[in-house]
Amino acid sequence: MGAFFLVPIGAMLEFSTRGNSVTSARTLDAWVQIAQTPGLVKGIVVSLQLAVITSIGMLALLLPTMVWVRLRLPQISRIVEFICLLPLTVPAIALVVGLKPLYIWININVTPSVLALAFAYLILVLPYSYRSLDAGLAAIDLKTLSEAARSLGAGWFTVMWRIVIPNMPSAILNASLLSVALVLGEYTVANLLNFQNLQVEVAYVGLVNAGTSIAVAVGALLLAFILLMVLTLVGGRLQQQNYVPGQRA
Amino acid sequence: MKWSSPVRQLGLAVVAFLLVAACGSSPGATASCNAKTATSATDCGGMSGLETAAKAEGTLNVIALPPDWANYGAVIAGFTAKYGIPVNSINPNGSSQDEVNAFDGTSNAPDVVDVGQAVALANTAKFAPYKVATWNDIPAGAKEATGLWFNDYGGYMGIGYDSTKVPGGVINAVSDLLGSGFKSKVALSGDPTKSNQGLNGVIMAGVANGGSLDDVSKGVAFFKQLKQAGNYVPVVGTAATVKAGQTPVLFEWDYLSTSHGKDVSSWKIFVPSNAIIGGYYSQAINKAAPHPAAARLWEEYLYSDAGQNLWLKGGARPVRMAAMVTAGTIDTAAAAALPAVNGTPQVPTGDQTSKASAYVVANWSAAVS
Amino acid sequence: MTAAGSPALDTAARPTGGGRRLSLSWLGVVPFFAYVGVFLLLPTAIIVIGSLTASGGGVSLANFAGINKPYMVKAFTLSLSVSGVSAMAGAFFGAVLAYAVVTGNPNGLLRRSIMSASGVLAQFGGVALAFAFIATISTVGFVTVFLKDHGIDIYPNGVWLYDAPGITLIYVYFQIPLMVLVFLPALDGIRPQWREATESLGGSTWHYWRYVAGPLLAPAFLGCTLLLFANAFSAYATISALLTNGGTYVPLQVQALLTSETEQSQPGLAQALALAMILIVVIVMTLYALLQRRTTRWLR
Repeated sequence: MGAFFLVPIGAMLEFSTRGNSVTSARTLDAWVQIAQTPGLVKGIVVSLQLAVITSIGMLALLLPTMVWVRLRLPQISRIVEFICLLPLTVPAIALVVGLKPLYIWININVTPSVLALAFAYLILVLPYSYRSLDAGLAAIDLKTLSEAARSLGAGWFTVMWRIVIPNMPSAILNASLLSVALVLGEYTVANLLNFQNLQVEVAYVGLVNAGTSIAVAVGALLLAFILLMVLTLVGGRLQQQNYVPGQRA
Repeated sequence: MKWSSPVRQLGLAVVAFLLVAACGSSPGATASCNAKTATSATDCGGMSGLETAAKAEGTLNVIALPPDWANYGAVIAGFTAKYGIPVNSINPNGSSQDEVNAFDGTSNAPDVVDVGQAVALANTAKFAPYKVATWNDIPAGAKEATGLWFNDYGGYMGIGYDSTKVPGGVINAVSDLLGSGFKSKVALSGDPTKSNQGLNGVIMAGVANGGSLDDVSKGVAFFKQLKQAGNYVPVVGTAATVKAGQTPVLFEWDYLSTSHGKDVSSWKIFVPSNAIIGGYYSQAINKAAPHPAAARLWEEYLYSDAGQNLWLKGGARPVRMAAMVTAGTIDTAAAAALPAVNGTPQVPTGDQTSKASAYVVANWSAAVS
Repeated sequence: MTAAGSPALDTAARPTGGGRRLSLSWLGVVPFFAYVGVFLLLPTAIIVIGSLTASGGGVSLANFAGINKPYMVKAFTLSLSVSGVSAMAGAFFGAVLAYAVVTGNPNGLLRRSIMSASGVLAQFGGVALAFAFIATISTVGFVTVFLKDHGIDIYPNGVWLYDAPGITLIYVYFQIPLMVLVFLPALDGIRPQWREATESLGGSTWHYWRYVAGPLLAPAFLGCTLLLFANAFSAYATISALLTNGGTYVPLQVQALLTSETEQSQPGLAQALALAMILIVVIVMTLYALLQRRTTRWLR
């Protein structure tokens, strides 16, 4: 299965190092041209900021809500599930039609900064994060754990912070991974709202020449991969600190 | 406490300076230039007044200008180098409709657009009238009377091909493409149901095969034959697919086709003499542009000899070409490099394009999938 | 769950009698619904209203009539079939891959790399993915040429890369990583003790999967498959960058109707299509809910 995934990327890499005719030598010209684009660094910084804001916002909004629904309002869990699937059913271009008026208002009254995209991104990551967190919550015995904690006098914040979160590290990590990856790879919404994030800059650089367009795509993939590896390392460290013996992490 | 006289004078001078600076720095509404309503450079105190106002605004928003489209990369770089105004280039892959949809009244909206004829005609209510200094060089049919839109450059629909990949090394007629040596080689550069360029490719094939600008059915039928022969590959042709050899025969505007020459040294362009379909794009200024003076300065730059010659270098035919040839200001080397065209060009009108696209939308996918 | 536990929970949350407790519980979900209400439900409402508005103003169902054309219907069937097949293939292979990852070292390099790679590839699409496949298995692609040199022709009956089979294959490329990421937490929740218990009671691997792990994982598996389906159904960046054969998928139709350069822009019809897509996913989700209720009957 590894071959299935690596071969197309290998083909892209091979193409990006081709010279200008069948017989000319391999060259890194395409890659060098990436470095000569100032907008790219700005795009990377902006996208990283958006990734962080979106992940934290997603966890802060979604996790307490899901815990609360599981414990207190199980009758609306289907509704929450549907709402969290909704962003995925509407193609991004149609969703932007509805988001446009909102963003015009935000641009004038709140901030014209590109970081306002985080509002929309939080909605876009809902389907993936919900699925991941839901699987994690289903795997722990939430009701017993929370009742036990509450009967020992813990407030809701303590329940969330010291009981729920440490017991579902992989779900939270996966939800964050998905959010970060989505924000780093998101093009359509940013583009149609006239913002410039990483993928918009990548598209721009890609139009300089053929080899560069592929080189920059592979470069963006590698960048995202490295970032996510770092994230999993951090997640691994936190997991070890909270390790409870006798339970599969 | 008694302030000494020099200190008091200095204080007064500072206050006076601040007052003058504050009065002079409101963008777009200085004493000499209300850029929002200026319909020509003279309304703005001449080119220097316009330049000052533009520099005060500080930036320019443009949209859907890929760097390798008619040499726009160099045009943008030239503008910034000449006036020191940075250019914000958003949505490089956008369509003409995207450009006009982006007029949302915010500070991120584009100041100027470069759109296809159909979109320009349909959206005049969103544009501000402006006549550039070289207005009279633009032919009458290529501009709206009050300056709401005006053509900038154009080209002809051609078939670019890698001569090492086609039988005989040359294409002499559109019908050659139906031959057996073209299996899985022929592509369009856009989906004709939504792309202006794709649609014009189908129109050209239609006219070359006995149809006309009013009847695109022969074009759709031609591509259906192409598909049945196994020659049509339904892939969007780009610089990357050309270089990879996936689309060695590509229907594309001739000025875009020339850019493939740097990737494929044996790239040639064929424009059929019985079907020279011309397409011009148009400039327009956003009525609610966030940087109105910079927008107008940009238009002046584009229609100056320098701007027009840069487009010519990109293989496009600038709208002032005839006037510049007469005046001797044309870049003769670039003009000589344009693909040779023998015959009378035909340019589809808005109505003809509309009718053709309605037909294509209804019949294309059935024909080629 | 336990009789002893519930009163403790109730007294902790409830200031006064029965009716009040319900309203306080609802308070807990206000932030979520407020946010979602503004940023998701409002835009969706705008789409719904747009689809019911005729081009001259006034309520009408005229936009929906536009769906009844042959090329539209064909687009729906093609979208549904490609989404369905890629979702099921992605779910199956993704679950297998996730299982392989989970049985390894939880902090190992392999798990971390696969997780990160999955994160990246799940969102990989658009021009780059389209080109990657062209560079790999088109008629002049890397793999095609390699196989041809070894006597294997993968296109004996014509090129299928741009038809349903090819597009499904391309979609599977990002469906599998997505499945790995969303299904892994469910697999993580399986305790090794359950396996041991099954074996100590004399059960085989088949018994374990059929009666213990299977039913427990079924809800998560179905939910993830549904997610994959919706993901493929609304995906359009890749096919938009790839195909010129006329909006053969529903999202491409939506795109063409919103951003056409050739004066075919009809926002009302585009919104009607978007609404139709939402309705289709609602139907699929209802089926999923019914199916889930049956498979997890004994858990509830």
